This record gives sequence, structure tokens and C-alpha cells, in this order.
Amino acid sequence: MSLTIINQRRDQQVVGPARVDGFAKISGAALYVDDLPAVDALHGTTVRTAGAGGTLQEIVFDPAINWSEFVVVTAQDIPGINAIKLLENDQPVLVERTFRHAGEAVVLLAHADPEKLRIALKGISLVELPNPSPIFDIDDALQARQEIIPGNIYADYLLERGDVAAGEYLADVVIDERFLTPSQEQLYIEPQGMLAHLQEDGSILMEGSLQCPYYVLDALVQCLGMDKDHLRVVQSTTGGAFGGKEDYPSVIACHAALLALKAGGRPVKLIYERGEDLRVTPKRHPSRTLIRLGANKAGELQFIDMDFAIDGGAYRTLSPVVLSRGVIHAPGPYKCPHIRIKGRAVATNHPPFGAFRGFGAPQSILAMEVAMDRLAKKLGMDPVELRKKNLLCTGDLSPTGDVVGKDCFAHAVLDAALEHTHYQQRREEYNAWNAAGHPTRRGIGLATFAHGAGFTGNGELHLASRVSLQALANGHVEILCSNTEMGQGAATTLVQIAAAALGLPMDSVHLAQTDTSRVPNSGPTVASRTCMVVGGLIQKAAGQLLQRLRETMDLAESYDAQSFAAACAGLYAAGDALVTAHYYPPADMLWDEQTFFGRAYASYAWAAYVAEVEVDMITLETHVIDFTAVQEIGKAVHPVIVQGQIEGGVAQGIGYALYEDVLWNERGVMANDRLTNYIIPTSADLGFIHVVLLEGGLGAGPKGAKGVGELPMDGPAPAIVNAIQQALNIDIRQIPVRPEMLLELTVSGGN
Amino acid sequence: MSEWTRPRHLPEALELLAAAPGQYRVISGGTDLMVESHLAPERHPEFWLDISGLRELQGLQITEEGIRIGAATSLEVIRRHAEVVTHWPMLAASAAVTGAPPIQNRATLGGNVCNASPAADNAPVLLAYGARLEIAHHHGSRWLPYMDFHQGYRKTALQAGELLSALWIPYPPKHSRGYFRKVGTRAAQAIAKVSIAALIEEDSGGMIQGARFGMASVAATPCTLPSVSQYLLGRALRDIADAQVRQRVGQDIAPIQDIRSTTAYRLEIASRLVLEAIHGRSESKKED
Amino acid sequence: MPTTMRINGKAFQSSSAPNARLLDVLRNECDLKGTKEGCGEGECGACAVLVNGKLVNSCLIPLGQMEQAEITTVEGLPEDSALARAFVQCGATQCGICTPGMMLAATALLAEHANPTLEEIRWGLSGNLCRCTGYGRIYAAIAQAAGGSADV
Ligand SMILES: Cc1cc2nc3c(=O)[nH]c(=O)nc-3n(C[C@H](O)[C@H](O)[C@H](O)COP(=O)(O)OP(=O)(O)OC[C@H]3O[C@@H](n4cnc5c(N)ncnc54)[C@H](O)[C@@H]3O)c2cc1C
Ligand code: FES
Ligand code: FES
Repeated sequence: MSLTIINQRRDQQVVGPARVDGFAKISGAALYVDDLPAVDALHGTTVRTAGAGGTLQEIVFDPAINWSEFVVVTAQDIPGINAIKLLENDQPVLVERTFRHAGEAVVLLAHADPEKLRIALKGISLVELPNPSPIFDIDDALQARQEIIPGNIYADYLLERGDVAAGEYLADVVIDERFLTPSQEQLYIEPQGMLAHLQEDGSILMEGSLQCPYYVLDALVQCLGMDKDHLRVVQSTTGGAFGGKEDYPSVIACHAALLALKAGGRPVKLIYERGEDLRVTPKRHPSRTLIRLGANKAGELQFIDMDFAIDGGAYRTLSPVVLSRGVIHAPGPYKCPHIRIKGRAVATNHPPFGAFRGFGAPQSILAMEVAMDRLAKKLGMDPVELRKKNLLCTGDLSPTGDVVGKDCFAHAVLDAALEHTHYQQRREEYNAWNAAGHPTRRGIGLATFAHGAGFTGNGELHLASRVSLQALANGHVEILCSNTEMGQGAATTLVQIAAAALGLPMDSVHLAQTDTSRVPNSGPTVASRTCMVVGGLIQKAAGQLLQRLRETMDLAESYDAQSFAAACAGLYAAGDALVTAHYYPPADMLWDEQTFFGRAYASYAWAAYVAEVEVDMITLETHVIDFTAVQEIGKAVHPVIVQGQIEGGVAQGIGYALYEDVLWNERGVMANDRLTNYIIPTSADLGFIHVVLLEGGLGAGPKGAKGVGELPMDGPAPAIVNAIQQALNIDIRQIPVRPEMLLELTVSGGN
Repeated sequence: MSEWTRPRHLPEALELLAAAPGQYRVISGGTDLMVESHLAPERHPEFWLDISGLRELQGLQITEEGIRIGAATSLEVIRRHAEVVTHWPMLAASAAVTGAPPIQNRATLGGNVCNASPAADNAPVLLAYGARLEIAHHHGSRWLPYMDFHQGYRKTALQAGELLSALWIPYPPKHSRGYFRKVGTRAAQAIAKVSIAALIEEDSGGMIQGARFGMASVAATPCTLPSVSQYLLGRALRDIADAQVRQRVGQDIAPIQDIRSTTAYRLEIASRLVLEAIHGRSESKKED
Repeated sequence: MPTTMRINGKAFQSSSAPNARLLDVLRNECDLKGTKEGCGEGECGACAVLVNGKLVNSCLIPLGQMEQAEITTVEGLPEDSALARAFVQCGATQCGICTPGMMLAATALLAEHANPTLEEIRWGLSGNLCRCTGYGRIYAAIAQAAGGSADV
């Protein structure tokens, strides 16, 4: 096993090629959707249901308003199918009669003057027969006294290996816990929005802030009943997404397109204000986990028994996929003979929950990792020792039943984390500090975990992704793919991979704008798949291009920029300068998605995160004084970008652990719908985040790279919870760990 | 279309206000008002009186008894002012934890007080220092102890036609010590869940000669702690029974549960902070 | 009455209503789209600009108060500067929506502290939310631009 350690020390300047989008962003020249020129544009707005589900009786238009001045769209105006295209056609584009949550779109309005629009919005009232007993709680939904859908269950999965009853028999120590995690808002700083243009030929051009252009395209096809050739989706610079712009842009795009169809050729801008964005767009699924772990006296896990339930909200959207990821990651990077993970996604009357970095895994990993510390406590064992006894090694059977190959670094990341943080020494120092009666208490806690990169199992096969490279006459090469830059650095990383594969400088390679009329479908930009899967395809396409240049244009084995350009010019002139690579899964990818058996991912990335916290004993505020993220990522294609991804994800994870909590009003709408009361960390709140990268070089991507972006969301919350538990000697069962909760725990716990 | 007036001198402003009492919406730094008009555009006032150009309302002057701070002085100017930092460190600290730099560059002390939020960050300090307000009217000025300014939830003693022109803060007594702490939802850009300022005066024998508290976010208005102050008067630190203090804190404040915190937390933390202030474990502690 | 000000060194006269937000004047009248709206209520700093050298949120500023003011937006910063280079090199921008505001916050910070400590940097940026970076690379960029080692 060869491992390279890139220790991103604070005093070292990590380098990598400059981001290709850097300068435009720094100078303010990059155009986001609200910045796009749109001559004569109308502004759109949305009239929404008030009740938490019910029946729409009537739409009343105030006769005092001259409605002919406005573009008005209702469900009647939908030319195609009134459903947002996703896994299931259950969510209407516009409510016709029944609806399931507060905030569903009913009427769309557009006008050139935002002020008039604001007044008109008040001139429309909806007569609703409200749902008398909405459901907002996961366990209430499971009891199904009222049903939103049959049984209130969108998906029900079971991952089962061995026999938990047998494990119980072998266990000397058992813990039994219940954990709750809240919804979390992505809080991209750019609110969602779309700009729709009806072209003279009747086709529609849709520009906007989005992650997955082909999802939007498919949604438009279905809603408008138009064929793909008459629709074009173009991504504008996207100001953050984190999963939040995976499915919802389809909704806004359908709305904007419907308005544009009736706007007489004027473009329609539908940009959400922050409050609306917070209230209606999907967020992280809240979860409730019942977990039992059993170990023998030596600390070897004998069984893992989990009942993992997530709140899917009022429509199915992506919940089954989120659930499946939560279930697969639930048992953690541990070997255990008897495992039972029951996972359910339930229907409630909340707005649908959706994708957010980590996609179900942060919820189940939190439960598992905090439970591991609880088990260690009950065993009287150090949490590190317990983990060392149980972490997977090459040759072990993974929780999904396949044999773990060489690409396993569970122990290596833990060892590196212990060394970097001087874990044992710190732990002793903090114990001494706590015994000395200072006005604060300190603790150190950790989480060990792994995250699969790319779509689960056969998912990539279903996607059948394609990437093209276009050689240009001047010897430059253009990458054509549908994967989007939304801040995570994809544009730079993909260009870098192509340039390296072609032996060209980076400025000879360009990533084409994500425009469905030009780029093939290389799959959505989700699930940490871009660098690994799409990067792999680019490499493959580069190989094809070089081969073609050699075969038809006699490009020599070694070449310089000039001869490369000459060969390209020839190919270009011959009209044969486009190559396309198709995805084929690795040969050993056997995965059964019914039984959760086999090899779930082409690659897992491995991590051990360590949090050091200080709790103020007067106010019970927690401060993360130090945070270390050790991550094995195969190969760091661009260390600066990787580091930025990890630091940013950890910051979101710290928010998840300590501050971020979506609160609900009595209608199931986000109550803290302003940035002043949905609390994310500011720079004044964040201490050091140390990033240590390990490169094992065995990932399925270029040069052995794997996905990076989701792990940083998985680890911080459990590491922080474990650190606080250690500092205060209490048991925590819920995040965020707000001071109010610590007060309850420390006062009632007699601490 | 609304009308905007930006006079240069106080008398001019007061005359306008007197001529049309209750008509104008006074705007200073705008950090509260602009948010309000963004969130509730229908409540947009028709007549704005912009007091940011009034010279009389700007700046700080040292006098024999203390300092006069023009109501429209920005928190940024206040927190950097050398005399403030030296003699009224709690005010420098409270100004420095109000919002974040871009807010402090605009927000004014008068605006913070007149906006009358129960969570106003500079209110506790002004209460603890025993500030007085200079309230101007076309017919002349009046003085009001700041303690008497807040009369109910977002209700102040300002009458139609009046402007807050300045805040006066006396020098703290020689043997006094201060304590300030804001407990917010995060370290910057935070609304207080509980905040406290205290000024405690002891004689050479350790007897408490005076104790003034100001708190925010624990009642409908920023408030003092009269029964705590009374209990402390004439007592030596060692004779103070913490349980008695806690009980009196409970009498003096009326915290609520809201989106930011719970009643139980506010009550308990208020008591702990009051005790910490009394026992003097920390001086002018700034949250960060 | 129109409001006269200087924007990025050039005189500009706006005839928008005095209670119009400076943010809207910059974006819609001056076509300076680098100033972004992230919240409209002073919390995020995406709309930050310099007014008479001070960092402020343009969504909170009524045009009526800008008479004779000197306004700098991101477009008014030098195209090539130590700060701009450091932002690109250190990876201080990801999605970029906070970046114009960050650049102005950093400019204001460096004008005040030529060699800021980490504490000064953290506090100086605390009115500008970034959801992508966790701020670490931004601290590094500012430290580098200040000529220090990127000891953050
Ligand atoms: C993002 C953000 C963060 C914030 N953080 C904090 C915080 O941490 N702590 C805190 O306490 N506040 C905070 N605030 C609120 C606000 O910044 C302060 O209350 C500020 O001091 C208000 O001053 P201003 O000059 O901007 O007031 P304005 O908005 O101009 O006025 C506020 C009110 O006071 C009245 N008024 C102002 N001056 C006078 C006067 N001289 N005479 C009579 N009436 C007057 C106005 O009519 C108005 O009703 C925050 C605001 C924002 C937007
Ligand atoms: S838009 Fe002005 S601070 Fe957010
Ligand atoms: S770079 Fe995306 S918000 Fe800062």
C-alpha cells in the first residue's frame, strides 16, 4: 500500500493552477441569472397555497385590478402534463384542486413593473378547504392515522446481513438510542431563479441557476409537451447549490416557461427573494433514528440494528434515493457480522425535502458515530480503541456483503488523525483542564466514516453518460459535458484533467458553456461524481482523440503544441474533430438494489475527523477551537480546490452541529425564513480547519481520484457531538447542540 | 412617490416635525428602517426626514461630567473613540458587537435606542452607565434619564415632533467596575438572546455602594434590575446569597420564548451572568 | 431632485426616488452587476460597496443619503492587484457570489490594517457570509495580499 500524505499546513502555500473561473468572479464580471441582460423583461411571481394541504375551491381575482395588464397563468394553461418530472409524477406544476403543503404554486403572474406585481399579488385570494389534520412528524406519519399516500411511505428499504438475533446473543454490552436531526437549508448565497425567452421560432431558451441541465430539459419537455429540439437549457454562473439546485430549478423553469409562452415574446425573469427561497425550496431531510449496537467485552461489534426514517415532505421527489444513500452509509466503515438497517422515507405535509451535500448519509452517520461513542462509554473503552477494533481492513466483508479490496484506508486515516491532533495528549490535557474548575470545559471527539463516490451501484449504468471533446482548428480543445460549475471547482478540475491527458497547457482547453443544445448528457452534477466519473470519461475521450489524430493525421507519439494544432486543423477540416466517450461500469460492480447486496460504489473515500471544542459553563455556548479533517481521496487533482471543498463542507457541518435548525410554523412552513434567524457560521465563528489529505491512488477516477465533496458534511456533526459529550459528560441525542439544549441536559442530568 | 427631506441643521428639522407632527418617518443610519421597508413595502412612509445630515447630531464631546454623544453618531465612530475606549469601555465593547463592520459603519447609537428593540445591544450599557437623553423639540430641549425612555414593547417616551438629539453619559464612579456580555446566536451578525451590562461600585471595605444593571432580550424592553440593585446596596460581596440574587433576577425580568431562545435559558443565563457580574470574575468581556 | 454622486471615480446622477436602495441604482441604472443581492436585509454582505471608503451594505442605503458620496463597487477595484491575484491563487473564490463583497471587505480591511492579524481578518469579514469556502482560503488570500506568509 502506498500512501502519500499532503499535509496542508497553515503556514504553507498550497498551489495548483489558477481556477479558470477565478478572474471573472473576482472582478464582478461573471453573470449570474439575475445579472443576465434581458431587454424588456417581465418579472414573474407566484401565488401560493396557505394551508398545509387541502383542496383549492376557487381563485378570486380582485376586480379592481386590470388583469389584462398582467400575464396570468394557472393550471389550465399547461400544454403538457401538470407534473414535475422526477421519479414519480406526483407533484403538480401548478395546483388544480388538491394540494399537500403550504406554499404550493397556484397562479403565476408577470409584469414589467415589480411594484405593480407586488400589489397584484395581494389582489389574488385562494379559497382553500384546508386539510384538518396535517402531519409534520416522522413517527406520526408512520402511524398513518391520516394518510397522505398509502401508508405514508415513499420508500421502505432493508439492508440485512447475518442475523441480528444471533448478534444479540453474542453481545455482552448493548446500547439503545434514539437520535434526531433537523432539516438544514443549503443557503447558497445566490437565491434560485430562471430567465425564460420564447424565441421567434416558438422554441424556448431557459437560462438559470442550476445543477442539472438535463433534469430541467426533461421537466420542460413533459410540462410543455414540446420536443427536446425546441428547448434549450443553459446554465448561468451558479452562486452555490450544494444539492439545493438539483431538482427545484425544474419547478422554476416550468413556471418561467409557462409565463413566457403567454408573454408575447418578452423574456420572463423569475427570481426568488431570499424569504421565498427559504420557505419553498427543498432542504435536507429531517431524520429519526433508533439504533442498537451490541459488542462483546473485547469491543468487537456483534450487531448493528437501526431503524432509520427520514421526512420526505409532501411529494416523493428524490427521497427514495436520499434514503438509499442513508441506508448504505448507516453501518459506517465497520465490520460487523449481523446488521439490519431498516430505512423508510415518509410523507408529511412539509414542503418536499431534497438533495443536500451528503444526501442522507450525514443523518445516519451521525447516529452511528455517536452511538459508537456511547458504546465505548458503556464498555469503559476509549472511543479510538473501539474504532480500531472494528474498522474495516482489506479482505473484510463490508456491510453490503462484498469483500473489501485494496482501496481501504479506514485505519490509515484514523492513525493520521490521531497523530496530527496529538489526540491522546489532548485528551489528557482537556481532562486536566476540566478537573481544574475553569469557567469552560474542553473536549475532543472524533468520527470515522467513508462515503461512496458516484451513483450507487447500477446508477451510473442507467445514466449512460457521454462526454465529447471537440478539437478546434487552432489546436484548442473544447470539453462538451453537462456537468456544471457551481463553485466546487468542476470547471477547473475537468479542464485540468483534459489538459493533462492531452499533454496541453490548461489555456488550450475550454469547458463549453453548459447548454443542452450543444453538450451531451454526461449525467447530473451530484453525488461527488464529476471528477471521478466525468473526469474519467474525459480522460477516455482524450485517448480517443489522440488515437484519431495519430491514425488519421499522423500525429507523432510525442508532439508539441504546433504539431498538435496542425493535426487538429486537419481533423477539423475533415469534419471529424468530435469524439465521444461512453460510460462502462467497472467489471466487478455487482450490486443488487433490492437487497442492498454487493458493491455499492466503484470507490469509497475514507475519513477521520477530529473536533476540539470548548463549552462556556455560564452560557453553554460551544466553540470549535480546532478541527482536523483527514481524508483519503485517491488523488488530489487540484489540492487548493480540494482543500476549499473540505473547509467549506466542514463549515457547513459545524453549522449543522451547532447552529442550523429549520423551525416550522403551524402550517409546516419554515418559520425562521430570514438570514437573521437561520443561523449559519460567520467568519467570526469559525476557528481553524486543518485539512490533511491522503492519496492512496486507487480510486476509479483519473489517476486514482475519488469524490471529495460530500465527506466534509458527514463527519463534523458526530465529531463535535462526541467532543461535547466528552467535555460535559452528558449524552446528546439531537442536533443542533444549542446552548438551550445543553442547559436542559446539564441541569436535569445533575451535571 | 414619497418625499425625502434632508435638512442640515437641527432647528430646521424640528420645525418640519412641529409643523406636521406624526407625519414624518425619521431615518438616521437606516439599518433598521431599510430592512423594515424591504420586508413590508406596503408600510413605506410617505414623508421621510433624513437626519443623517444634521451637524448637531454628529460626534462626541467630552465635558467635565462625562461625554455627549450626538444621536446620529455611528457605532463605528463610537467604538474607536479614544475617550470612550478609556472611560466607557463597555460602550466601546457593545458598539463593537453590534452586527458586524458594515452595520457599525452605518448604524447610529440614537437609532439603536429609538428603534426600541428589546434586544438593542447598546441599551444595557447605557442603562448601567446611567445615561441621560437629550430630547429636542421645536420649543426647546428636555432631559430624560434613559431608564425612563422605554415605556413598553417598542414604545418610547418620544412624543410627536421630538427627536433624540444626544446621549449623555457620566464618568463612572472612581471605584467602580464594569461587566458587559452579549450572548447572541453566533459571534457576529447576531441578535442577543441575553445581554447584560453592570456597573458596580465598592468602597475600600468591599461594601457595595451602588450597583446598576442593564439587560436586553429578557423583557419587553431593555431593562434595569431594581430589586437586585437594592439587595446589593450596602452589602459586602461575601454576604451576598446567590439564591437571593437569583430570586430577584426572576422578579426583575420577564423573558419569553421566541425563535432564538427559550424562557428557561434566558432566565437561567441572566441569573448566572448577574452573579458573574457581581462576583467580578471578568471585566468587559466581549463575545468572540 | 436628482442625487449626484461619484461611482468608481465617475460622476453619476440618479433620478430614482430618494428611498430607492443604492443596490438597485447600481445594478439597474449603472448596470454594475457585480454588486449582488443575497438577502436584501443587511445580513449577507453580497451587496457590499465602499461609501467614502467605508464598507457598507448597499441594500440598506437609501439613495437620498448618497448626495456627494464617493462610491466604490467591485468594478472600481483595480483589475490587477496583489489582492486579486491572491484571491485567484489561494482559491478564495468558489461559486463567487460572495466574492465582490469579500473583495470590498478585504480592501477596507487592508486599508485599515496593512498587516492584519487573523483575528482582525475574521472580524473584518464577519459581515460577509460565504457558504462555499468556510473562509479559510479567503483568510489565506488576504494574508498573502498583505505580504505576510499565509499563516492561516
Ligand atoms: C444585519 C443587521 C444586523 C444588526 N445587528 C444588530 C445587533 O447585533 N445589535 C443591535 O442592537 N442591533 C442590530 N441591528 C439593528 C440596527 O443596526 C441598530 O438598531 C442600529 O443602531 C439602528 O440605527 P440606525 O441609525 O441605522 O437606525 P434607523 O434605521 O435609521 O432608525 C431606527 C429607528 O429609530 C428612529 N430614530 C433613529 N434616530 C432617531 C433620532 N435621533 N430621534 C428619533 N428617532 C430616531 C427611526 O425613526 C427608526 O424608527 C442590526 C441590523 C442589521 C440590518
Ligand atoms: S443583500 Fe445586502 S446584505 Fe444581503
Ligand atoms: S464563494 Fe460561494 S458564497 Fe462564497
